[in-house]
Amino acid sequence: MAENMQKENSKATKLLQQLLFLLGVVVLWQLLYFVGVDVLDIWKPYAMPSPAGVWKSLLRLVESGTLFAAIGNSLLRGMIGFLISVTAGVLLGFLMERFPFLHQNMRPFVMGIQTLPSVCWVPFSILWFGLSEQAIIFVVVMGSAFSIAIATDNAIHHVPPLYKKAALTMGATQQQIYRKVILHACLPELVSGLKQGWSFAWRALMSGEVMTTCIGLGQTLITGRNLADINQVMLVMIIIVLVGILIDQIFFRSLERRIYKKRGLA
Amino acid sequence: MSLQLKNVTKTFHDSGQDAVRNVSLEIADGEFVCVVGKSGCGKSTLLNLIAGLEKPTSGEIRMDGAPVTGPGADRVVMFQEHALFPWLNVIQNVKFGMEIAGVPKQEQEEKAMKYLRLMQLEDYRDYAVHQLSGGMRQRVALARALTLDSRILLMDEPFSALDKQTSNRLRAELQDIWMKTRRTIFFITHSVEEAVYLADRVIVLSGGTDSVQDIVPIELERPRHVYDDAFVEYRRRILGEVQKEL
Repeated sequence: MAENMQKENSKATKLLQQLLFLLGVVVLWQLLYFVGVDVLDIWKPYAMPSPAGVWKSLLRLVESGTLFAAIGNSLLRGMIGFLISVTAGVLLGFLMERFPFLHQNMRPFVMGIQTLPSVCWVPFSILWFGLSEQAIIFVVVMGSAFSIAIATDNAIHHVPPLYKKAALTMGATQQQIYRKVILHACLPELVSGLKQGWSFAWRALMSGEVMTTCIGLGQTLITGRNLADINQVMLVMIIIVLVGILIDQIFFRSLERRIYKKRGLA
Repeated sequence: MSLQLKNVTKTFHDSGQDAVRNVSLEIADGEFVCVVGKSGCGKSTLLNLIAGLEKPTSGEIRMDGAPVTGPGADRVVMFQEHALFPWLNVIQNVKFGMEIAGVPKQEQEEKAMKYLRLMQLEDYRDYAVHQLSGGMRQRVALARALTLDSRILLMDEPFSALDKQTSNRLRAELQDIWMKTRRTIFFITHSVEEAVYLADRVIVLSGGTDSVQDIVPIELERPRHVYDDAFVEYRRRILGEVQKEL
């Protein structure tokens, strides 16, 4: 009981510390802006964002409805791209694990593509799909599907052979082993892989969005640049980070926690 | 006649596993057979061959006359590590084999509870695997194996990863269960004491040209006691066999 309270206490202290740190950063940033731009005139105001300026941008974009439309559109696009990536990536990973020929010959190839920054796919996507929704989703899929394939391959590969042996000697067929053993045994590692895949998808989405005129966070960022509004650029960058973290925490962390807790791994 | 091995040999090209040489053996219905021998004598390989997890290089293995071609629920294995599935709770683990076999749900429940009661684990039916002690996990694994009514139960050093006290208690429980159910059991152990305590016959394996060095029938009444003179005598004799240099 006392231990629990102590735990709660340290948790609250930790949070407080983080908030204080964040506040310190913002104060320092505003101070830097004041000295650098207003007093010493080292930086031009159009090239340096300030907390106050970002706050004003936030109010303006919220009032006009632009911000929420951008977030909504980006999220939807990201989800669609991510779902396609999961489907294709898991299938590819499964096949690579299942067939030694593919594992040996295709895996190095897939790993190579995975290291390619997603922005490299932009020229192709524009040539094939024009400046469209599909072009963005293509970049998202190319940016995340291969990492999910590798993660799936690894997750299945790391299932302890003992589980398969135990099921085999209880009379399980290959199909039953996949459905009732491997699928469950690989879940913790698979979900970690999907989480990483999501972070790749989210980054790729921004690479894709800055090139088109489709409503979204990437496009709002570029609009900021075109209007020479550095505060809007900064605001969108912050929003991109926050949305990324939020999805990670709300969806993937809670999923992981549930899976880990059931197995006593937490 | 339940299980028959005829001139079974298994050699490996890579030296990771131990070879088995020219083993001929018959195990009768309801018999409790223990296998002892130094590490490296091929005990586990022999069990894997019977389980169908390995194929013999030469010779043949028959179960009720039919050749063994692969693993099957008629020769269920209990491993040294419990091999329970951590994503299932206790009762779900016990039902796993029956679910695979398509046993009706109602029957699964009754049978699973029957064996959990036999292992005195009925109060733990909804526990997660990680909440159980090592001994309890092995008892759940044994319950799971028993639900399948296999023709023979293959046990690969099932108590050797446990502490001495727990392992002694479990072997007493196993003796008890065997006396009640008379299952056919093929049991591998590195403990001669455990073998004499449990077995109708003790098979001594060695690294010689023939893997089977000796077969010793244990003619002691059950329940057995480790401090009886006859018990100690058997133990001394078999230990001598195991340690004999060839």
